[in-house]
Amino acid sequence: MSQYDRFTSDVLIVGAGLAGERAAIEAATQGLNVIILSLVPPRRSHSSAAQGGMQAALGNSAMGKGDSPDIHFADTVKGSDWGCDQDVARLFAEMAPVAMRQMAYWGVPWSRVVPGKRIYDGVDIHEDPEKEGLIAARNFGGTAKWRTCYTADGTGHTVLYTMDSVVIKLGITVHDRTEVLSLIHDGERCSGVVARCLRTGNLRVYTAKSTVIATGGYGRLYGASTNAIINEGSGMFVALETGVVPLGNMEAVQFHPTGIVPTWILITEGARGDGGYLLDKDHHRFMPDYEPKKKELASRDVVSRRIMQHIRKGYGVESPYGAHVWLDIRHLGEKHINTNLREIANICRNFAGVDPVHDLIPVRPTQHYSMGGIRTNIDGMAYGLTGLFSLGEAACWDMHGFNRLGGNSLAETVVAGMLIGDKIAKYTKEASLNVSSALIEEHVRFQEDRIQSLIECRNGKENVYQLRREMETILSENVGIFRSEEPLQKAVAQLHELHQRSCQVGLRSGGKGADPELASALRITGMIKLAYCIAAGALARKESRGSHFREDYPKRDDENWLKRTLAYWPVGADRPELDYEPVKITELPPGDRGYGEASTGAASANR
Amino acid sequence: MSQRQLTFHIFRYNPETPNQKPATQTFVLQEETGMTLFIALNKIREEQDSTLKFDFVCRAGICGSCGMLINGKPTLACRTLTKDLPTDITLMPLPVFKLLGDLSVDTGTWFRDMSLRTEAWVHTEKTFDPDAQEERMSNETALHIYEAERCIECGCCIGGCATANIKPNFIGAAGVNRVARFMLDPRDERDEQEYFDVVGSEDGIFGCIGLMACDDNCPVGIPLQGQLAYVRRKMALAGWKR
Repeated sequence: MSQYDRFTSDVLIVGAGLAGERAAIEAATQGLNVIILSLVPPRRSHSSAAQGGMQAALGNSAMGKGDSPDIHFADTVKGSDWGCDQDVARLFAEMAPVAMRQMAYWGVPWSRVVPGKRIYDGVDIHEDPEKEGLIAARNFGGTAKWRTCYTADGTGHTVLYTMDSVVIKLGITVHDRTEVLSLIHDGERCSGVVARCLRTGNLRVYTAKSTVIATGGYGRLYGASTNAIINEGSGMFVALETGVVPLGNMEAVQFHPTGIVPTWILITEGARGDGGYLLDKDHHRFMPDYEPKKKELASRDVVSRRIMQHIRKGYGVESPYGAHVWLDIRHLGEKHINTNLREIANICRNFAGVDPVHDLIPVRPTQHYSMGGIRTNIDGMAYGLTGLFSLGEAACWDMHGFNRLGGNSLAETVVAGMLIGDKIAKYTKEASLNVSSALIEEHVRFQEDRIQSLIECRNGKENVYQLRREMETILSENVGIFRSEEPLQKAVAQLHELHQRSCQVGLRSGGKGADPELASALRITGMIKLAYCIAAGALARKESRGSHFREDYPKRDDENWLKRTLAYWPVGADRPELDYEPVKITELPPGDRGYGEASTGAASANR
Repeated sequence: MSQRQLTFHIFRYNPETPNQKPATQTFVLQEETGMTLFIALNKIREEQDSTLKFDFVCRAGICGSCGMLINGKPTLACRTLTKDLPTDITLMPLPVFKLLGDLSVDTGTWFRDMSLRTEAWVHTEKTFDPDAQEERMSNETALHIYEAERCIECGCCIGGCATANIKPNFIGAAGVNRVARFMLDPRDERDEQEYFDVVGSEDGIFGCIGLMACDDNCPVGIPLQGQLAYVRRKMALAGWKR
């Protein structure tokens, strides 16, 4: 018998960001026993870093007047380039206002409507005195109305802290510094996880009636990413490694237009939402030339491509870290910058040594969000295994399709947590926990053996950090904003080889206890599998849709590609298998996105 | 920028192997343009000693994971540029918190305990009505709450606090600031006497001896001095009324 601590609960939630915590609250308030596992203390989760805001059609602000879930739905579907499930987008848009109000009730200090007049981008705005004190909204890319609720410059921080305060109040058990290594399953039902304590290195077994993966995205597969360093896609690859759970649309990778050069820390869309401009090396504001209507606030994929296109034309500012453009917020004034955009100002000063009150900010498109993830149905149930749920960025629910609108991800975490949390609770109340000790033992022994092989360098002496850098480079260079056949083929071939090599990693550190090199080594194969799914999906998809832009196939092709990629990794296989399923269209038939897509065909032609 | 050679003196101790005594280990690294301690520590771990333990999450000054003593000063490692430091750099873990290994300390457990002790959530008798419009609040009040809510729980105020270093149960400036955040919030229905029970003690606001290192060390610039004064004033008055 192996030595390990064992824990049992009704619901096991992996990930203590906004999605995981909101689902935990829902299940706990329905009387269920919940354990949350987290790599880090919950308040350190990547949700805390989201500065921009959360979309919900409250319609309180003057520029949001007349807004409704119908318009929010339409924006979301258009933004997704018709790649989303419309019944999911509809459900989301309807529930978002309730979720925001509930967060206000729980304690989020949302910014509120202040009556009076101000000027924004040359337009007079009069806030209605009757709306004074209601939740305000700011402008965000790709939306017909101002709809993004926010707390000054710290939306994610305040919403996460408030959410976590409810978790603490409810007495929900959280095991932080705990990393999941695999799902315990028999090919049909998921019964929990094998995890490793990052304080001691000891293995643990958690069994539960339902297991929920809410571990966020995989940004760190790309070297240059705005994501926190914990965003390594661990929840996604443990699901993939079951062989029966598919990942949806992994090739849909979002690049944020404004990562600061060279640390790639995100400069939130709030900067452009509040009236910031993009300038080229001649200090010319170029976005109106490409997108006369939406300018800097076209959807993220469009702005990112326009920036890269403009740089390719020779208008980028040269730097040791590659060419970039400038973000200019100086005209917003010192007071506005130091209050409403304070976090941006701090990032500029502390990490790039520039003061945005007086200086231009160097920015370039940077990996930011993963639309793809564990494929679930509208109730958040993962395909392939009963008792397994997923939500938030880890999941492909799928309301974002091929491009997510700013402010929709943070909103998704809370809305999905509320809705799917309820489904999890209902499922769990009817379910029973029935898992054989032989099955648990088998899963634990597999992990023990893996750890021992790494420590003894039984399969080789490959360096985990070296492999990781190679993976980052392959993705960044060949599976980026502009994609085409040859680089994608190269990426697939290189990742194939890298996957083989990752099975030959050996440690230099000895791997005792909570050794950090061992933690990295235990992740690397799974991370490379995710990278492989991204590259293979992108190579197969011969069209451009949302963030997936093929220079050799610049048009969206609804006839052949209005479908979702499902990537499977059969146990023991050396490559992923791709399958497809139709996208659900309920209300809004495919059409023009209305901001830039009609002319993206020309984007590559005149580069 | 001239290429300096940096010498790091890093505290090493693993509580899992208590027979190995704490020690300082020296690492030499070539400085690069724009190098932060996040970059430097990762380079040391990847190239020189892969057993080195330290914590980063957001690496952008938002999550509060990487508080440590940098040449004696408690601050965030992610946003410390090496160019602002001398060539000899000493890194120690934050005191007060439980040491997990090398530069990694357990701030998470400390702050969760503080949240429990100060009951850091909105106390209200009202129930949430999903069909009702949200309750109104002036934007000024919202911003005022946010000012106190900006604490990232990095622990720099606690690590540098003389009282916290000798009194294990002292909630420190972070705890007092947390209480101030809820006192300011009109949604929280606790009265002053209830707050007094939470912080009107020597482990709370009356334990502070006013050295104000917390205010100097807060990396996000929360006006802790003002928050301490605010809570102290309110609790002194509440104490009178008892």
